[in-house]
This record gives sequence, structure tokens and C-alpha cells, in this order.
Amino acid sequence: MDYATILQILDSAVRLMTPLLLACLAGLYSERAGVFDIGLEGKMLMAAFAAASVAAVTGSVWLGLIAGIAGSLILAAVHGLASITFRGNQLISGVAINFLASGLTVLLGQKIFGLGGRTPSLAGDARFGPVTLPLAETLRGVPVLGPFYAEVISGHTPLVYVALIAVPLTWWLLFRTRFGLRLRAVGENPASVDTAGVSVTRLRYAAVAIAGLLCGIAGAYLATGLSAGFVKEMTAGRGFIALAALIFAKWRPWPALGATFLFGLFEAIANRYPNIEIGPVTIPSMFMNALPYILTVIILAGFVGRAIPPRAGGEPYVKER
Amino acid sequence: MPMLKTLLAGAAGLALTAGLAAAEPALIFDLGGKFDKSFNEAAHMGGERWKAETGGTYKELEMQSEAQREQALRRLAETGANPIVMTGFAFGDVLNQVAPDYPDTKFVIIDMVVEQPNVQSVVFTEEQGSYLAGIMAAMASESGTVGFIGGMDIPLIHKFECGYRQGFMATRPDGKVLVNYTGTTPAAWNDPVKGGELARAQMSQGADVIYAAAGGTGIGVLQTAADEGILSIGVDSNQNHLHPGQVLTSMVKKVDNAVFEAFTAGEAVEPGVRVMDLASEGVSVAVDENNKDLVTDEMQAAVDEATAKIVSGEIQVHDYMTDNTCPVS
Repeated sequence: MDYATILQILDSAVRLMTPLLLACLAGLYSERAGVFDIGLEGKMLMAAFAAASVAAVTGSVWLGLIAGIAGSLILAAVHGLASITFRGNQLISGVAINFLASGLTVLLGQKIFGLGGRTPSLAGDARFGPVTLPLAETLRGVPVLGPFYAEVISGHTPLVYVALIAVPLTWWLLFRTRFGLRLRAVGENPASVDTAGVSVTRLRYAAVAIAGLLCGIAGAYLATGLSAGFVKEMTAGRGFIALAALIFAKWRPWPALGATFLFGLFEAIANRYPNIEIGPVTIPSMFMNALPYILTVIILAGFVGRAIPPRAGGEPYVKER
Repeated sequence: MPMLKTLLAGAAGLALTAGLAAAEPALIFDLGGKFDKSFNEAAHMGGERWKAETGGTYKELEMQSEAQREQALRRLAETGANPIVMTGFAFGDVLNQVAPDYPDTKFVIIDMVVEQPNVQSVVFTEEQGSYLAGIMAAMASESGTVGFIGGMDIPLIHKFECGYRQGFMATRPDGKVLVNYTGTTPAAWNDPVKGGELARAQMSQGADVIYAAAGGTGIGVLQTAADEGILSIGVDSNQNHLHPGQVLTSMVKKVDNAVFEAFTAGEAVEPGVRVMDLASEGVSVAVDENNKDLVTDEMQAAVDEATAKIVSGEIQVHDYMTDNTCPVS
């Protein structure tokens, strides 16, 4: 394995990481505020569909992105309404959102385009093109770091950088602002926040809305950045891998980056080497694809430090009388 | 042949009474979905062609999950649909159980053999069509390395892979075929993002022609190949038009013909195994206005020669599904 191959695998890992990272951060906001969200998959799917449809009709990928975010926000509002206002079961609401998105995207797609739930293939301005970062070509000559910068860091679609910037932003917002402190408190002990005279409902809605925004970007990236159009069920379980990454990262932003990158890397390696031979043992690609789940189970079982979810997670807040 | 005439008259009479009894044919699509631009869509085209030519109507059903199969078959059989055509190997086991319960209903299964007295099994010699695709890939490739991306990891898709390898190796014994499968669950048929990444991974290893036998995942493979300026090969339906000038060819399975003929025969559809091979033009490599500039005269000549040899039996393309091994690797 030479350096160029390593760079190609890392490059692929960054692309595969991005939707996971965005969805993982979305889950982080929501769950830190005490609202479990297993509807990440459904929100991404809806966003992918909305983004691809609007981009196909208008020819503008930016309008597509806005539509994707809007589509995801609508489902986030449904989740908020069900689990915050009406104090329903958050897991059931999430499952319902996944089913709703799975059916609705195909139905609407068939109605609008008549292609059986697919959108037409996108081309030109209806897709996100790669961005070459400044000096990428000039620095390519620098040994080791030059090609790394040009291949792995530069040349991705804009949404990849949005996702990367979202990590420090999330850290700053959650751990260095008053809003963040309150948001985390709502997930741990909502009664104390309420006692302080801050609205629990409003904070939780804010968190769910941010989750919707991030899922929207993730879905738009899948449909208009990584591929060129929507295909039914195209999220293919990425929302659930993102949840696994969230547990793996123990609900913290920087480890979320690490966990999603690791999971992206597993997939990239499995793509590159379908069967890895280590001496007499052959590791099939199925194992690599299952590795994120296996690792999550190990973390949950408490072998590598305990993963403790926000204490008030999953419980609707009822004001004491 | 008076005997044949009687039979034909009988069949016609049967068809007539069938028309009176309003026995509609039915078509069931597998999990890939009716508009997968590939296998199921070809079946859909066959049904639509029959509808346009005869003015008849047919029932259709799209599978949403594995659990629906038996229920779907029984419901259609009980509503009097006849014949019932289903696409996909996955119906095999279920049909084997259901068919004996409805002896008066004819079933047609595509891509699988089910031995029941009222079932017609339509199988395609994908290995032969893929062999031709392999020859074309070998001649179009500059690097000598080509790729194959399969959908779900099942013997049927290995059959495509194995035929492709044989055709490629027969033309370029020193070359290399890279192989990837998308996954082991039905989700592998609908993951264009992963398809695109697999295509990039193969490309970075030198592949400059990639054959995708992966349903909706293949859309991502063809897209990435077109974006990166390499060639791709489509499957099942003619996919040359998806990226004109950048899809080398498509390995076409005439699923539409199988459906059309079953619908036309109606209740008189003949039970048994029906092989759609190169000789009966059941499989072919598509050449049309979208890819004619890519197909050189030598390539066409090589394909024609191989076709003739396969039809005459001079070249025996190994079928992976007979023994689950491939002679070339």
C-alpha cells in the first residue's frame, strides 16, 4: 500500500463521513436537550428528496439545499410537536417519521416526475461541484503534506466544509454559550431550568430545529453532492450508523468527528479491499461493514468507558404543580 | 398437422373464454421497484407493450418487503389473475409452496427455476451476454484493468461476474478484473452513493471500464464513471441513453419479451423451463446511437464472432450457478 492509495482511501473516507457527521451532530443537539431522535434517517431521506426535486426543477443546487432543509425541518416540527408539546413517546415518533419519509418520498416522486420515486438525473448547476481550496495546486509539490492537502483536504463539495466547520461551532455553542449551558441542562435536569425561569419547551424546540437543519444539509449532500439525484431509500441506513456514532462519541462534538471519520474509513477500506487477507485469515467486507455496530455494542456494554446518555433523555417534561 | 391445429384452436378458445371470464394477467415487481431503470423496468415495459398492442389490462403489484411475497401471490391467485408473472429469483421458494394450491392458475417466474406443473420458469443466459460485455470492455480498456460492481451478493449476480471475467480474460489474458459487491441485504440494490464510491475505488486502482449489475446502485456507478471520464456498462435494460457517449454498452436481458409473450399466451402459457439465450436473442449487448462512436469495427466484429461461436456451441460460457465456482479468476 503506497502513499497515493492511502490518500485515496482517506479522501473517500471524508466523503463518506460527511453525511454521518452532519446527522450525528443533529442527533447530538436533539439528545443533549433530552429528545431522543431515531428519525435522523427519515429526515435525511426527506431532505435528499426535496433537494433533488427542487434542484431538478429549478436547476439551482442552492435552491435545492434550501428545499432540503425545509423538508427536514417540517419532519423535525412533527417530531417536536409529538414528543415535546403532546409528550408522546419519542422513539415511536421517530419510527413514524422514518416510515413517513420512506413512503412519502416515493409517492411524491412518482406524482411529480413519474419515474417511480426517482428524480431525473441532475447535471451542471443542479449539483454541487468540487471546491479547490486556495494554494492546493501550488502546494502539491511539498512532500507528504502537499498531496495530502490537495487530495484529502481540498476538492470536496462545499457541504463537506460546512460539516467540518459545524464541529467547532457546535462545541463552542454547547460549552461556551449561555444557550448551550441551558440546552445541556434541559437534557439533564429540566426541572432546574424551569425553576430558573427558562422555557424548557422553547429550548427543546430549538434543539430539534437545529437537528432538522443539520439533517437537511446531510440529505442534500447525499442527493446533490455525492450522487446526482434521488433514488428511493438512498440513505441506506446512514441515519442509524450516525446514531451509533453518537453513542460511540458519548454525545460530544469532537469525538463525534472522530467516530464518524472512523466509520467512514471502515467503509472506504471495505470498498477498496473487499477481502482483507491477514496471514491465513481473510476478513470479508461484510465484517468491515458491520464493524460500526459491533464497536457501538462494545461501547454500550461498558468495556471502553461508559457511555452515559443525557439523564432526562426520552422523557417528556411535565411541569410540576 | 391437424393435431397442432386442434391444439391452437383449443388455445384460442380458451383465450376467448378467458377473455369473457375477464381473467387479467398480473405482474409482480420485486424489491428493486418498478422504475429501477433496469430489470423490473424492463418487465414493466413488456406489460405496457402488451397493453398498448392488445388493449387489455393487467394487475400489478410492487413488493415493499420480503414478508409480502406469499400474501401477494395468494391474493392475486384468489382474485382470478391468470397468468401471474413475477420478476426475480427471490420468489422461488414462495412460489414452490403456493403454486400447488392453485392448480388452475399459471405462474411465470423470471430468473429462477421452479419445478411445478403450472409454472413456467424463464431463465436468461446472463453469462453469455456478460461474456460479450467482457470482450467489449477488454477492447475498450486502455489500462488493461476493468471493474465489476454487483448489487446484492447472490449467486445470480456472480453469474454476471463470471461471464464477464471469461469474456475479458479470453480477449486479454494478461488483464485484471476488479470485483466489488455493494452489500448482502436488499438495501444493496438502492445505494447509489456507495455505488459511486465503489466506482471511484476501482478507478483509483486503474479500472477504466466498469460493469454495474446492481439495480439502482448502478445509477450511481454510471454517474460517477461519466463524471470521472471513464466508461461504464449498463445492465438489464438498455442504459446507454443515461450518459450518451459514456456508457460503452448495456447487457440487455429481454425481460420485456418474456413478460409480453407470457401475457400474450394468457392462460395457455406453457409450463416448464424457457431459456432465453443468445441464440433466441434473449440476451444481447446494446448498440444504438448513444454508443455507436465507442464501438469500433473490430469490437463489433469480435462480438459478432463470439456470438456465432457461442450459438454454435464452439465457445461454452461457464454458468456460475451450476456449481457456484468460476473457472477464471
